[in-house]
Amino acid sequence: MSELTHPHIKLPEGSIEKQTSTLNLGPTHPATHGVFQNILELDGERIVSAEQTVGYIHRAFEKLAERRPLYQITTLTDRLNYCSSPINNMGWHMTCEKLLKVKTPKRVDYLRIIIMELARVSDHLICNSIVGVDTGALSVFLYVMQYRELIYEIYEEICGSRLTTNIGRIGGFERNFNNTAFTKLEKFMAEYPKVLKEFETLLTRNRIFMERTIGAGPISAERALNYGFTGPNLRAAGVDYDVRVHSPYSSYEDFDFQIPIGKTGDCYDRFLVRNLEMWESLKIIDEAYKKVQEFKGAEAEVFHADIPEYYLPEKKDVYTKMEALIYHFKIVMGETEIPAGEVYHSVEGGNGELGFYLISDGGRTPYRLHFRRPCFIYYQAYSEITQGSMLSDAIVTLSSLNVIAGEMDA
Amino acid sequence: MSLTNEIIKQRLQEKFGEQVSGFEEPYGMLTFEAPKDHNLKVLQFLFDDAELRFQFLTDLCAVHYPDQAGRELAVVYHLHNLIDNVRIRFKVFTDIASPDVYTATSLYSTANWMERETFDFYGVNFVGHPNLKRILNVDEMDYFPLRKEFPLEDQTRRDKDDEMFGRGGSIN
Repeated sequence: MSELTHPHIKLPEGSIEKQTSTLNLGPTHPATHGVFQNILELDGERIVSAEQTVGYIHRAFEKLAERRPLYQITTLTDRLNYCSSPINNMGWHMTCEKLLKVKTPKRVDYLRIIIMELARVSDHLICNSIVGVDTGALSVFLYVMQYRELIYEIYEEICGSRLTTNIGRIGGFERNFNNTAFTKLEKFMAEYPKVLKEFETLLTRNRIFMERTIGAGPISAERALNYGFTGPNLRAAGVDYDVRVHSPYSSYEDFDFQIPIGKTGDCYDRFLVRNLEMWESLKIIDEAYKKVQEFKGAEAEVFHADIPEYYLPEKKDVYTKMEALIYHFKIVMGETEIPAGEVYHSVEGGNGELGFYLISDGGRTPYRLHFRRPCFIYYQAYSEITQGSMLSDAIVTLSSLNVIAGEMDA
Repeated sequence: MSLTNEIIKQRLQEKFGEQVSGFEEPYGMLTFEAPKDHNLKVLQFLFDDAELRFQFLTDLCAVHYPDQAGRELAVVYHLHNLIDNVRIRFKVFTDIASPDVYTATSLYSTANWMERETFDFYGVNFVGHPNLKRILNVDEMDYFPLRKEFPLEDQTRRDKDDEMFGRGGSIN
């Protein structure tokens, strides 16, 4: 820190020039991977202070949610962390189910786990390969993009869309998984481990990569907890907190997996934790898929809970059955009354604990909905963890924190 | 011995007596409230107590209840004891005319932006906050958009001549 108090640039006595230079990193800088700004005060290449400005893409989701029926809020959650939208969607459905006291069938839980873990793999894959890009290794990023594509094809088979998925419904899925979806899943599971292995071979012991990331942007466990870190960033600092284990949802308690942790909380540890988590996710997907295949007969066709007030009936029933027609109308027009209550539910998102705090006063729309957005919360530590480091370290730190502008600004 | 809601409630009542009230357990999460000038004392006690150890601030937000005179704004803290894995919810209510609540930034660094966000949307004035200014909205804004009196756009408005958005124009 002594360099900070004794700047490198010595200006003549009485000079009105300042000793440091200001650099705007963002709002549209390639290193931010999103729209937000860092105003850095630099002494040479060393960062004296950093001030973040966020909110460029604020879309008032919490206000909008106060006028929407529950099912229409799913599309808002897509646009939080758009690298792993299915996790956000499922988190929202589960929040509603908790409020409505709905118990989902086991098969739905397992199918959800498959989707959520695929989303986690794609999220970590993007984040880690972007860390590669920012340290100068573009080819790994381009290479693994193919495999994110395979994941997106699986989403497409289930819900029809790829990035902002709107996948699933309150109570289950909009339709049963078709055979193509399972074939594509099998293809992915057969091909991906080899690629992940190659990905690790390219970067993990790569000397340039190690020297760029080891010791860059470190944070201690104590500071990380005080800053509200969650997800891989907290685990890289050595705290084994994972929502999937601490407050299991969607039958995660049926699965056996480990929580990888790091030690120093720097960019390299975050990278390692994410890679290890991908291996754990693959194990979970494999196990969940086996469990799904074990269902026989009528059970093997179950893909949603039986809650006619909230789950849209089949279209052919709408034309032929009175009840189905009524429910269809009530759901689509948002005329279903939600029971009054106050509920907090969280899921392990791609970059941390994604929480939903929902208050209902018994009306048709939430009275208040608050999203706990993990990267909004941990991004405020950025100025502390980059202070005194080189500009190039700050850029790697930014990408390895996995800050997603959409989630930050809600 | 694991920490239960019953024990937490008992410890709080021993320490603060009548000051903590409104104990509830919606969906299993212990919820209670305290007068707004006691918020820091309660948070500090929950943080320091060797048994309670609520040292992780999960979430902080506000809720607006325009019908409750004198208690229009609620500031809601979600706290987590990561060692015993227990969550609680703590609320303080304030009137909207003087929405001053003590800041929790000295206890939790993470409260900094959470409180700025709460100020930005509800106008809760966090006394002692190091940098209380708007965070997601523009600095020039002179209202607090998540308060209930601030309306969403009227979906039937016709003054916006904008064919792209399906209002007015040749569509109607």
